[in-house]
Amino acid sequence: MTSERVLCIEGLCAKAGDAHILGGIDLEVRPGEVHAIMGPNGSGKSTLSHVLMGRPGYEVTAGSVTLDGTDLLELAPWERAQAGLFLALQHPTEVPGVSLESMLVEAAVAGGRDPDGIRAALVVEAERIGFDEKFLGRPVNVDLSGGEKKRNEALQMSVIRPRYAVLDEIDSGLDVDALAAVARRVQDATDETGLGVLVITHFSRLLEVLEPDRVHVLSHGRIHTSGGPELAEELEADGYTGILGEAVDAPEVAVELGLGPDPFADPLA
Amino acid sequence: MPIAFNPSVSAALPGPAWLVDLRREVVEGIGDVDPPSTDEEVWRYSRIGDLDLDRFQPLAIQAPLVKPFMDSGATDANAATVVLRNGWLEDSSISTEAAALGVTVGRIGDLGDGAAYFASVLSTPADLFGHLNRAFGPEPLAVVVPDGVRLDAPIVVRVHTDADSAALFPRLFVRCGVDTDVTVVEHHTSASEVVSMVSPVLEAQVEADARLRHALVQNLGTGLWNLAHQAFRVDQNATVETFVAGLGGCYARTRTDCRLVGRGAEARLTAAYYGEQDQTHDFRTFQEHAAPDTTSELLFKGALDGTSRSIYSGLIKVDPEAVRTRAYQTNRNIKLSADAWAHSVPNLEIETDDVVCSHASTVSPVDEEQLFYLESRGVPTTIAERLLVEGFFDDVISRAPTEAVGLALRATLVERLDRRLRNLRPEAAA
Repeated sequence: MTSERVLCIEGLCAKAGDAHILGGIDLEVRPGEVHAIMGPNGSGKSTLSHVLMGRPGYEVTAGSVTLDGTDLLELAPWERAQAGLFLALQHPTEVPGVSLESMLVEAAVAGGRDPDGIRAALVVEAERIGFDEKFLGRPVNVDLSGGEKKRNEALQMSVIRPRYAVLDEIDSGLDVDALAAVARRVQDATDETGLGVLVITHFSRLLEVLEPDRVHVLSHGRIHTSGGPELAEELEADGYTGILGEAVDAPEVAVELGLGPDPFADPLA
Repeated sequence: MPIAFNPSVSAALPGPAWLVDLRREVVEGIGDVDPPSTDEEVWRYSRIGDLDLDRFQPLAIQAPLVKPFMDSGATDANAATVVLRNGWLEDSSISTEAAALGVTVGRIGDLGDGAAYFASVLSTPADLFGHLNRAFGPEPLAVVVPDGVRLDAPIVVRVHTDADSAALFPRLFVRCGVDTDVTVVEHHTSASEVVSMVSPVLEAQVEADARLRHALVQNLGTGLWNLAHQAFRVDQNATVETFVAGLGGCYARTRTDCRLVGRGAEARLTAAYYGEQDQTHDFRTFQEHAAPDTTSELLFKGALDGTSRSIYSGLIKVDPEAVRTRAYQTNRNIKLSADAWAHSVPNLEIETDDVVCSHASTVSPVDEEQLFYLESRGVPTTIAERLLVEGFFDDVISRAPTEAVGLALRATLVERLDRRLRNLRPEAAA
């Protein structure tokens, strides 16, 4: 049986500690599509990205996530990556003593792929994305500026060639040139390798280069509104209150639990 | 005193008259020396209570050599190569360059002033094992580098144990003359099947403006009890760099006393250790500042797997006259298993103002954020841990005194981590 190619998120609910953060997310990303997730601070955007990759500290309480038919929630984080999911972190971790190349080589070996071409691929992709080649020899993310770390995430994505990429605020901390380079590279991947993209962002600036097929506005752990690229322009003009209206008020569940003013703020962010 | 430590054994040991007399004096007083107790800070958390000295006997004569083991091919690049087998000088060679520069390597009794060197750095034995080393050790090895001599190549000393059920007391004295540059690498090894106790002593005198790089690569078999003591005295504007790779042994203790006695003296102390199964690694350090403008910097890092344990206990001591001291002490431990155990006790004793001192110690599992990052790229958990542990040791490996020592340490760590991986993921071994 051949499975339909789609990253399918259905009724996804998750909590961190006692805080319920995702309250039922439904989303389908198909190859080549770009979906933008926007929303105010604390709406659950980053939590969604972490839960998809299986970061420790979150508990999925309901729902499912499948990647081209594979149940992702059953898998360890590294198995999710091997299944074809990539997560570009909002705050890429510094890993002293581990080189970019050795990390990607081990990932390739674990996936049964030939690691021999990784060095060459790194050089080619670094050039393409404007990542200074001198950084390739450094331990992962160590002593890189915020912007270089984001380029490094995009670089790794290009070398790993996942089927779906979740980009968590890849635009934060990037200058205009870097933003354009990263966005262009992601856009190219959607065309060249059919990469499906879930891009989480605060700003429509990114979406001027990386054109979304769909825009979803997240609020209090749910998708409040979905629309075409015009929704991002609307947000730019009217802000979240204009779109979300009364939905920016705390939902009943927070009152019931007696939580603080922002119960959906990501405690691990 | 265990019955095997019979004064007649000590009396039968060969050596110059002054050494024979000294042994006899130590033996006469040894009954008054209390065995170490975990009540003492310097033995706290140790496994000294498990050591049964009755199981081990000192040797009055060198055991016959069953087969030669010296790798002659490796000696060419060294300034000198020495083998101490069961504490006895078995073999030595010196390069023509080093010999021409007046470097001497041999029994301390063969030096005209050997008696003056013996115990010149470590005047008082630190504990029972120090006394036993003096009383039951064969004639020490002495390395003397005359003033102004700079050696590019290392002096390599292999301290090998192949006697079973033995109590062995190798002893090495190193004198780096004024304005010398010297590298000494000790490899402590043993035949894999033996169960013995080795209690080596190193005394190193680093005279004014000299630089000594010293490494102790301890890769003993897992049946061995190892109680090592090394003492360094560093004179004016001299520098010592010590390096310990703690890999083998059932219980392996290294006590390092580094005494900065001359103005402007500097010390850099480094150790890397890896525990597996039920090994115990035990490190005690003393950074003693006895002169103004002295600097010491210590970095000890270890990883503990299985049910292994480590103890790090270190004291920075600044004497009243040691103004403008700078002293740093860092001990970091990674626990690779829930059953592993690391104890880290940094201490300061500062008797003057105008000093900069810091100490830090950590005991923690592999960093969860770093682990997740590698996993999110598709690296399996156990392999990610392996990369992180290798990376964790990167900075200490880069402080190895010779490239060969750094490479050997890395190779052993990789071997250990591979073995760990095979145990955790048997399917990957296929």
